[in-house]
Amino acid sequence: MSEAHTHNDAAHGQHGHDAHAHDDHGPAKGIGRWLFATNHKDIGTMYLLFSLAMFLIGGLLAMGIRLELLKPGLQWVDPGFFNSLTTVHALLMVFGAVMPAFVGLANWMIPLQVGAPDMALPRMNNFSFWILPFAFTLLIATLFVAGGAPAGGWTLYPPLVLQTADALPMAIFAVHLMGASSIMGSINVIVTIMNMRAPGMSLLKMPLFVWTWLITAYLLIAVMPVLAGAVTMLLTDGFFKTSFFSAAGGGDPVMFQHIFWFFGHPEVYIMILPAFGVVSEIIPTFSRKPLFGYDAMVYATASIAFLSFIVWAHHMFTTGMPLAGEMFFMLSTMLIAIPTGVKVFNWTATMWKGSISFEPPMLFALSFLFLFTIGGFSGLMLAIVPVDFQYHDTYFVVAHFHYVLVPGAVFGIMAGVYYWLPKWTGYMYNMTLAKTHFWLSTIFVNVLFFPQHFLGLAGMPRRIPDYSTQFADWNFVSSIGGFGFGASQLLFVYLIWSCARGGAKATDQVWDANPQGLEWTVASPAPYHSFETPPVVK
Amino acid sequence: MSKTIKYTLKTAGAAAAIAAVLLTSPAMAGWDGLNLPKGVTELSQEAYRLHMLILYWCIAIAVAVFSVMIYSLVKFRKSQGAVPDKTLLHSTKVEIIWTIIPIVILIFMAIPAARALIKIEDTSNSKLTVLVTGFQWKWKYDYQQEGVSFYSTLDRESDAVRQLHSGKDPSTVQNYLLNVDHPMVVPVNTKVRVLLTAGDVIHAWWVPALGVKKDAIPGFINEVWFDAKEVGVYRGQCTELCGRDHGFMPIVVEVKSQADYEAWLQAQKQPAAATPAPAAETATPAAQ
Repeated sequence: MSEAHTHNDAAHGQHGHDAHAHDDHGPAKGIGRWLFATNHKDIGTMYLLFSLAMFLIGGLLAMGIRLELLKPGLQWVDPGFFNSLTTVHALLMVFGAVMPAFVGLANWMIPLQVGAPDMALPRMNNFSFWILPFAFTLLIATLFVAGGAPAGGWTLYPPLVLQTADALPMAIFAVHLMGASSIMGSINVIVTIMNMRAPGMSLLKMPLFVWTWLITAYLLIAVMPVLAGAVTMLLTDGFFKTSFFSAAGGGDPVMFQHIFWFFGHPEVYIMILPAFGVVSEIIPTFSRKPLFGYDAMVYATASIAFLSFIVWAHHMFTTGMPLAGEMFFMLSTMLIAIPTGVKVFNWTATMWKGSISFEPPMLFALSFLFLFTIGGFSGLMLAIVPVDFQYHDTYFVVAHFHYVLVPGAVFGIMAGVYYWLPKWTGYMYNMTLAKTHFWLSTIFVNVLFFPQHFLGLAGMPRRIPDYSTQFADWNFVSSIGGFGFGASQLLFVYLIWSCARGGAKATDQVWDANPQGLEWTVASPAPYHSFETPPVVK
Repeated sequence: MSKTIKYTLKTAGAAAAIAAVLLTSPAMAGWDGLNLPKGVTELSQEAYRLHMLILYWCIAIAVAVFSVMIYSLVKFRKSQGAVPDKTLLHSTKVEIIWTIIPIVILIFMAIPAARALIKIEDTSNSKLTVLVTGFQWKWKYDYQQEGVSFYSTLDRESDAVRQLHSGKDPSTVQNYLLNVDHPMVVPVNTKVRVLLTAGDVIHAWWVPALGVKKDAIPGFINEVWFDAKEVGVYRGQCTELCGRDHGFMPIVVEVKSQADYEAWLQAQKQPAAATPAPAAETATPAAQ
């Protein structure tokens, strides 16, 4: 993409006598580097480590869920606590693991990919990160307060959620904080992309990861306030005697679901579009061939983002909707298959007549490609209202959204980490170990989630702590897959830790595949201020 | 070329063998535990047909798309000396084709789906109406025209076994967690309209074999219908998270012949025969 080549050393030479010389040297020493961080890489690192911590805690809760579901009968937890496990697991994974991981990747990679020295608004960047530990401390603390953690599902449906005791305001304020953080993160992404691109980088020359994040950022700004509004109404219903969602006072519990899913469906794409971006970087690199249909990819992403605003009620087909409503939401949902199909076909065409090698990032991208597509198929099935009446709120849905979120979003994140980690640390990681992590994850994720399709079709509802004995076999298999998947992730943690500490020196290009993009034109590890003089993109 | 074909065939053969072993193993004989049941109503069978139609389309598309992907991964490997064709950047023709084909397939799916939906939403001309109310954590059935009404809760045997650390083996209980003290009873070959509401939080009433699932929402009334074609006992569960014992409020619908139904109805109308739910439970359903 560019011939530009900026070197840390060269930059130091130029600015050595500058009045702001201290800015040009490396990071501050000690804890101050992190508390007062304004550097996009430091903040990106914090986001990614925070996300990893939440992934592990959320995963621990998932292990609790799968342990209770290993056998019929209640062996380990009270049914009320089981509901808290599913609720907090989901909130941690959605808001704590997946979203901050993508913000972390954005922080690290957007300035590097657009040829900027840093994010546009570094202090807001600091603020948007440092809100998160407080938000999640509040959320996790609910597990220890009187009456227990929220247990009404991550969707927080009233009236059930209003039966939560002391945890309700804590959870609501936690959601407010997460929302504020996301909005600030998004503003930063948009301002950076719009204003700090290197000379010559027109919008349609931007890397796909930057494109998908630009669109994601707009989605976030559009819908996070909607969620904030919805949970604020819950708060006033719960504590100030309003009746937004109570029929007894003239309100409507279903209205909450409409508002929630008006946020919730775009939220689903917030969690997958950046993964599309990551995969769109990796597949061309390891196919040694440019992305097929770049323009179509951009337009498909934009179409998906648009459609995400007009399909929300497909989460609520059983609430009782007029026939016209059901028809509209069924057809609009089916339309999503078209741009999504375009994306899958483009990735496939990128590999066609390529020269493919199977480094760890490519392996995760390929796993993403196959397994996300399976999640796409079950999504299409769920769109068909007459059958959705059978699938809805069963394990079929659980299987569907875990296929798009785990081998979808999470594998997208892991692919990105494996792709850029040497650029971040300056060291190559242990390829054999990374491939082991890949194979274990891919095998166990299928053992974990594929049988859940069968469970749902056979009639097992979701969010139940105990089940009829006919569901015993597949639950056992699924739990074994769950434990295996959980344990495999410890390898990932070890691998990142050891790569941060040392290893074979990474070259500037890192990959022996001539990867395209400005991030590969700087040294590994990337210089502290990325690009001190803007590269020129031709 | 022939080498890659052989490789592909071998892989496909191995996959087929594994699938065959899985499908024929005794633990999962037949499709019963794997697929949607056909059910005993027009709507459940309609849903089943649609499900199979979409599933086969998805499998067909998956086979096509995954074949191309696998072929690429096998054929265009760097380790086999593949040289990238960097001129392959886009092709308007191909892109139009792979946009149009999905649209056509979607239309083939949407038409039967829309037809089925219109049928599902037509609750007119029902012969019997039952008001079903969800409570934490039981169901109440009101046969308003008949003046019959009763609560339906998890059977005692399941309830004893499902307690935390009960130490009892669920496999000793028949229909563990899927049995109730007082099932809903309806006549066979009769269009039954079910009105749904709730007394506290949102519940959902689902009986897979009847092809019916709808939310029971406090303050609102939803309606569904079914017309069971076979006498039998059909079981389902609450499918909207409704609190601590959400997993323990099953639904049992007994479909009887018209004569047996009449007899059951008469028995319910005898004050002695009806077992009233405990007064404390009926008095405070809407509290919370």
